[in-house]
Amino acid sequence: MVELALPKNSKISEGKTWNEPEGKGTWREFRVYRWNPDDTENPRIDTYSVNLDECGPMVLDALIKIKNEIDSTLTFRRSCREGICGSCAMNIDGTNTLACTQGMDEIKGTVKIYPLPHQPVVKDLVPDLTNFYAQHRAIEPWLQTETTPPPSEWRQSREDREKLDGLYECILCACCSTSCPSYWWNSDRYLGPAALLQAYRWVIDSRDEETGKRLDFLEDPFRLYRCHTILNCTKSCPKGLNPAKAIAELKKKTVERRF
Amino acid sequence: MASAKTVDKRPLSPHLQIYKPMLTTLMSITHRITGAALYVGTLLVAWWLFAAATGPEYFDFVSGIANSKFGRFVIFLYTWALLHHMLGGIRHFIWDTGRGFELPTVELLARATIIGSLTLTFVVWAIAYAVRGAF
Repeated sequence: MVELALPKNSKISEGKTWNEPEGKGTWREFRVYRWNPDDTENPRIDTYSVNLDECGPMVLDALIKIKNEIDSTLTFRRSCREGICGSCAMNIDGTNTLACTQGMDEIKGTVKIYPLPHQPVVKDLVPDLTNFYAQHRAIEPWLQTETTPPPSEWRQSREDREKLDGLYECILCACCSTSCPSYWWNSDRYLGPAALLQAYRWVIDSRDEETGKRLDFLEDPFRLYRCHTILNCTKSCPKGLNPAKAIAELKKKTVERRF
Repeated sequence: MASAKTVDKRPLSPHLQIYKPMLTTLMSITHRITGAALYVGTLLVAWWLFAAATGPEYFDFVSGIANSKFGRFVIFLYTWALLHHMLGGIRHFIWDTGRGFELPTVELLARATIIGSLTLTFVVWAIAYAVRGAF
């Protein structure tokens, strides 16, 4: 359901300023969303200053520096720091992306950091992605076959394998789904771009034999067709994938099979 | 530890409030708004046709409203909504074929829609005034 305003307990207030720039250096201001489940306060925006001359180039480097040197209570997920695990997905400078691959030189002025949009917040920059993962499971992201399995592996031609390029690289960071207004308003029934891109990955897999069943599941006014091609998904994908195109292909498949 | 109560009071992270406005998003919302506006505008067209079928007196009355400054302003907006929604429809039709999803193309289509709809609206009105004079 469309609810433009934030619920009462989610309204954001001004927080505290932890430090000021001191001495020489290239200082950058960071405004970061904070929420602590252990008190009864509403979310707030805290301000930190980081000397970029003594910091790595990525937004994640700055967050780690803040946590190490200024405020150890700042909470965020991170792991690989090279764009392959998807843990540090967050809203930086108004767009969803991975903190570890987002260069600070690409952002003008103050760096504003929020958790992924329209999600329940566990703490600070950590969103609860339970629903997102459940949707991924709902599209049954594994090979399904009827025929007797071959003695070794299921073979695939080079051409058929190439069809999976641009799809298998998805790291399920949730940047796309949580950038989508349709997903914001209908995440209970609309699967969202990430799950749909995965669904398409299995629909066009030459080895999979449950294509019909998969399309039956998807052909629904909400699960698939709540996509209105707003394109926030494709614009935000930190891996350069194109969920909007995958969704369009799925829509095509559900129509084409009628003829 | 997180109790059930903690889960319950979790805030919702900000969304529209903080997401960077983009031309593509703007085009999506204007496509919806113009679509909704066309319902109302088309009702007005139907009213005008209804008046034409009713008789000269009622037709003059409705035409009078349509020809007033406010009436023309509404019709101008209706023209733009119609053309904008039409071009948006063509854009969506291209996407329905699975084409035009590369980001540069997406931007180009968005720009073409807005520039195209404004240009066509002015062209339609220029022709209307040229043909009919100032009514």
